[in-house]
Amino acid sequence: MSELRALYQEIILEHNKKPRNFRKLDDASRTLEGYNPLCGDHYTLYLKIENDVVVDISFEGAGCAISKASASVMTTMLKGRTKEEAQRMFETFHKLVTGELTDISFETLGKLAAFAGVSEFPARVKCASLAWHTMRNALDAKSEPVSTE
Amino acid sequence: MHTYQDILTSKKSGSGFDPDLIRETFPILKATVHGKKLVYLDNAATTQKPESVIKALDDYYRHLNSNIHRGVHALSEKATEAYEGVRDKARQFINAASNKEIIFLRGTTEGINLVAGSFGRSNVGQGDEVLITGLEHHSNIVPWQMLCNHTGSVLKVAPIDDKGEVILSEFERLIGPKTRIVAIAHVSNALGTVNPVKRMVAIAHAHGIPVLLDGAQAVPHFRIDVRDLDCDFYAFSAHKMYGPTGIGILYGKQSILEAMPPYQGGGDMIRSVTFEKTIFNDLPHKFEAGTPNIADTIGFGAAFDFLNGLDWNAVSHYEHELLTYASEVIGAIPGVRIVGTASDKAGVVSFVMDDVHPHDIGTILDREGIAVRTGHHCAQPVMQRFGIPATVRASFALYNTKEEIDELVRGIYAVKKVFH
Repeated sequence: MSELRALYQEIILEHNKKPRNFRKLDDASRTLEGYNPLCGDHYTLYLKIENDVVVDISFEGAGCAISKASASVMTTMLKGRTKEEAQRMFETFHKLVTGELTDISFETLGKLAAFAGVSEFPARVKCASLAWHTMRNALDAKSEPVSTE
Repeated sequence: MHTYQDILTSKKSGSGFDPDLIRETFPILKATVHGKKLVYLDNAATTQKPESVIKALDDYYRHLNSNIHRGVHALSEKATEAYEGVRDKARQFINAASNKEIIFLRGTTEGINLVAGSFGRSNVGQGDEVLITGLEHHSNIVPWQMLCNHTGSVLKVAPIDDKGEVILSEFERLIGPKTRIVAIAHVSNALGTVNPVKRMVAIAHAHGIPVLLDGAQAVPHFRIDVRDLDCDFYAFSAHKMYGPTGIGILYGKQSILEAMPPYQGGGDMIRSVTFEKTIFNDLPHKFEAGTPNIADTIGFGAAFDFLNGLDWNAVSHYEHELLTYASEVIGAIPGVRIVGTASDKAGVVSFVMDDVHPHDIGTILDREGIAVRTGHHCAQPVMQRFGIPATVRASFALYNTKEEIDELVRGIYAVKKVFH
């Protein structure tokens, strides 16, 4: 059960229950879908970008607790960040969930640290990364929906 | 350790069916997962293999390995005899009229593709219709869609009701003058619904339309009699009936198979070849191009022996009890809803839980040693029909026990604990 507790951290369960920025963004400058065909996770990500800064971000959709909490936490962390910062955060998150980060602490990672347990569950890495991949493609102004399969 | 012979003996001594004894013959059931005893409830995906099947594969490569239908040497003759012997077992198993009606191929999917590719392309033209049901696995949807795209024909779908049963009046209404073939799952992989296929075949035949049955989920649960069903094609896979992966059977009525063009070209399916002209081999070899999957076919033979050795009245009774018990105890958990409540079901309990996604349930159950399938089960239209993205599916085999279902229930409560 301890690994399970590491995966389903309180912060993840809480964001799953009450996702932040869970709405449509009417004046979004970028809108992109992300889905995981295998388990049916499906989200739409909205980004409002001005002068290379994410001034607003939100999402809608449905999926497992890991994917939803990850999307929710991501939106809270990206608001006000530059595209470059968002890109760096994507890379950090990716290393975190694939077990490549050695320094895992709340001090360095903030709320992202809650996803450290994902690396013990290889089948769930794609759940955790879905929103992040979608965000990165949206920043690159790609229009094809993102699939994690 | 009990041997298969012990089980036969115990059957003969009148004890009917003993799941504990059966479990002894499946080595993998002793495995542990994440430090817990394995509870394998993903049998609709694939069943585990008895010792006898594993041994048959091993024996083949140790003592018999050789190509078939070619050599004059002793090994080749023995291998050919063993391979064709399985065809005979398969014929008896489904009560086909002739070995010519038994085509070996990779599995149910390839069987359906063969019919769509060969029968379909010769008999289904522009504006014609193919009728399937709303319960189908992707493997009984996509080959027909590909055929329709290729020929300009139209795919029609008989809808299902809230219980997960095909609405028969709609099914009959959709058979029209342009229908060329009907393709139906015998048992739904996602919900476990047993379709009244004998009646559906009769309805289609009354309109002169041939019927393919996808038997992948039916063969492990009941004895199939293709002549009684009167279906024109029946496709099934060894690995869902305790045999190896990569081998399956397409049954087809001889007269229909004779009229169909080959599906693939190559060795073994020809009688003579020149650069100008090829004369095709007779049935069933016409549809078996290239060196076949000899080893797994021989393993399949051991699976037929395993199933033939069982008291099927007792097995059916036991499996029915297991399913009834599982439906009761899982359905009684607060916040759990069973999807698919057909009056006739086999082997499957599919369910969803309030506020917890199936994928999260699957991960937590896995840590308890319980293997279930979560997702859309390659039947996305079924999920769409019920307005859900996915379900958790527990599917049962004859070696499962009530204790294992109790473990599953405990696991579901562990999920509730994590998600409070």
